Amino acid sequence: MQQELHMTVNGSPRTISCEPASPLLDVLRHDLGLAGPRFGCGAGLCGACRVLVDGQPRSSCDLPAWAAEGSEITTVEGLADGAALHPVQQAFIDEQAAQCGYCTSGMIISAVALLRGNPAPDDRQVREALDGNLCRCGAHRRIVNAVLSAAAAAREPAAGRAAAAGAGSGQAAR
Amino acid sequence: MSASARPGAGAGPSLPASLAANPILRDWVDFTDDGTVTVRSGKVEYGQGVWTALAQVAAEELDVALGRIRVAPVSTSSSPDEGVTSGSRSIEESGGALRQACAQVRATFLAAAAEKLGARRAALHVDDGQICTASGATGLTYWSLNGPGLLDRPAGAPVPAKPPGRWSVAGHSAQRLDIPDKVTGRPRFLHDLVLPGMLFGRVVRPPGPGATLDRLAAAELPSGVLAQVHDGSFLGVIAESDPAAGAAAAALAEAASWRTRETLPDEDDLTGFLTAQPAQVLTVAARRDDAAAASASRYLSAEYTRPFLAHASMAPSCAIARWDGAAVTVWTHSQGIFALRGALAAALGVPAGQITVHHAEGAGAYGHNGADDAAADAVLLARAVPGRPVRVMWSRGDELAWAPLGSAMLARLSAGLDGHGRIQSWRQDVWSNGFLGRPGTGGEPRLLAFCHVAGGEPMTPAADGPPNGTIGSTRNAVPGYDIPDLEVTRHRLLTMPIRTSSLRSLGAFLNVFAIESFMDELAAVAGADPVSFRLAHLSDPRARRVIEEVASFSGWAARPRGEGTGFGVGFARYKGTSGYCAAVAQVDADTSVRLRKLWLAVDVGRVINPDGVVNQVEGGAVQSASWALRERVRFDRAAITSVNWDSYPILRFTEVPEVAVRIVDAAGEREAGAGEVAQGPVAGAIGNAVAAAVGVRVRDLPLTTEQVTRAIEES
Repeated sequence: MQQELHMTVNGSPRTISCEPASPLLDVLRHDLGLAGPRFGCGAGLCGACRVLVDGQPRSSCDLPAWAAEGSEITTVEGLADGAALHPVQQAFIDEQAAQCGYCTSGMIISAVALLRGNPAPDDRQVREALDGNLCRCGAHRRIVNAVLSAAAAAREPAAGRAAAAGAGSGQAAR
Repeated sequence: MSASARPGAGAGPSLPASLAANPILRDWVDFTDDGTVTVRSGKVEYGQGVWTALAQVAAEELDVALGRIRVAPVSTSSSPDEGVTSGSRSIEESGGALRQACAQVRATFLAAAAEKLGARRAALHVDDGQICTASGATGLTYWSLNGPGLLDRPAGAPVPAKPPGRWSVAGHSAQRLDIPDKVTGRPRFLHDLVLPGMLFGRVVRPPGPGATLDRLAAAELPSGVLAQVHDGSFLGVIAESDPAAGAAAAALAEAASWRTRETLPDEDDLTGFLTAQPAQVLTVAARRDDAAAASASRYLSAEYTRPFLAHASMAPSCAIARWDGAAVTVWTHSQGIFALRGALAAALGVPAGQITVHHAEGAGAYGHNGADDAAADAVLLARAVPGRPVRVMWSRGDELAWAPLGSAMLARLSAGLDGHGRIQSWRQDVWSNGFLGRPGTGGEPRLLAFCHVAGGEPMTPAADGPPNGTIGSTRNAVPGYDIPDLEVTRHRLLTMPIRTSSLRSLGAFLNVFAIESFMDELAAVAGADPVSFRLAHLSDPRARRVIEEVASFSGWAARPRGEGTGFGVGFARYKGTSGYCAAVAQVDADTSVRLRKLWLAVDVGRVINPDGVVNQVEGGAVQSASWALRERVRFDRAAITSVNWDSYPILRFTEVPEVAVRIVDAAGEREAGAGEVAQGPVAGAIGNAVAAAVGVRVRDLPLTTEQVTRAIEES
């Protein structure tokens, strides 16, 4: 039975008429037309569908829409400030931290949540924060470096690029 | 694949095969009015970065800025047919064709400009698409000169392309064209595509490969369901919304009763399964040297296995199809849209000309996954609702259970060493199901749904290609070392209880794991250092260079040794004919293995996008590590049971090692793909590192606590 739910999505208040037991992911993708959160497993085991629910990273594929009633939802589409990408998004580009990129939205959401609570994580803390996000292409090292360089950039904007350059261990020996 | 450009053209250089097969220049390159260049390739993007590299090739050869290049979506209606995007051949095949096409386009425009200006062609050059003389721009551009007819002609005799020494775009790292969309969540994947009037379909699969539908009770389907499809054992529903389709599929599954059959082998006795099946036995290589064999005085033999492996892509397979009268349009993330079109035509009994297949990106593809099967599902469901596009996306469980798998394999090796520690003879026998099962292989559609419809037949066992050491289960089955007396034999299974097809690197993963593990076992018998032992059996200078490079930058000679920590090396030239890769692994291991670091040195010939190569090699290394350490398809006698990320675990962030990659300069050598070079060497290096750390050889993959413990107990 359809029901009206109210939530704030990427800063805009939204009223959605939906089956309240539908996964939040379906509401975001199908009802609100947001492509960023992606379906990977439907069981909350891969992280591709992660969004921020009241600031906390959550799988949206196994979260019933009714549980998000009254919540603030942020998807990867809601991170940029106008034309300026969020530092984590920019760092993913700078570090070329993707192959297929299907997991990228969820990775970025987990990373943003981490940096809000811990602006200066170390390598281990980044890996632990991302452990619920699966990547099949093997872009892990680049993703960790992107999060570390985004953190460095946020602390000290001028240092971000230098940290990013130093973090990369892949190199071309001419 | 060989194609002669101009029959009877004599001994002159021929066009790249892809260009010879698709010779019209405008099919490859076109100049739109807005100052951009549209490039068409038949190779598809799936996260490997091939479109960026192809754009670099075009920008370089045309002398335009990289930012002007647009790579067109691949479609059977507009793209050159370049076969399947697989086997690390895209840069060589499509890059080579595109480079020549662009070189001819540039020459064509320069000739047209020279005529118009009354200038000598040699006095003109191109600067970001502007035709210039030494004194500056002439006012003519690619865009102003581009008229009907100019490029609507077949490629002529090959013209010289720019030498790599003059490259300024190609050969330098470029940022991937697709990544900005992916970090901002813009619709980019087929999964994001929403077509007007689109409906949602679901297929209810049988409970296992041997099951058939016994009875279908009347199901009470929820509102919003437009049609139910029941054809033999193929069951599906189409609904207005995805949730309604999901609910209807659940109701249909309730209403179905199946005859189940136990057709699968014993997952705990894969060696018994592989060696008991009827098999086609063929010689892969036979270099007999009786005198050398007779000089051996010490003999060693060993068996190595890998389990069935899943693609386990991050996105389940997805497709959209629409029937308009007799015409069918399909949107797919297949790696081979032309082959898919042919297979659909054959299966449906309609002319291929009635079917259009458009490619859109899916998540990473590592071989023949479920993409083509999902397309067949969508086509069969959409037939029930003419004029409406129907989207089908598989569940995670169906993705892991029903997509083709990489075959379990057994390699049985024996070798003889002489008194000087040199390998004099080598025997290798490989048992495997075939790796070639893409749509159309052997003239068979090989699309899952068409096996389930009434009158559908089970697929015949996968093919494996000629037993030449470069393809199928024999890929890298012939060791690349200097061994005088050598014989390699393939045993291709003639039954296929578990459906197999192409998975990244095909047989190379297990063959190289086996060869490289065995090399260390032989080195130990010979009392030699593993790196020195390999170099002593390698005369190919490119092979020696990657091993020397990885030994040097991993600090091999000064590696720490002691119980619980180990370093191992692995090497292969992919396919025996392609890119070179040497890897060193560092592990901490007791009964469980923690992979700390991987170092890799690769020689993949001339490189278009160095960072793209590093990215591919890193990714290949991590995926290979995941296969080697964690992955194993589970099943009982009736069905695949590893159907989620708990039962089919892959390596996670906290388990992924540091990875360092170096590209060894080989600018004078032809391009070789980078996507698969790491698979075998990394597995070998990890196996050898584990042996060094625990003092026991573990020959059965994956190197889980269970397998390591068993090897210790049996030692």
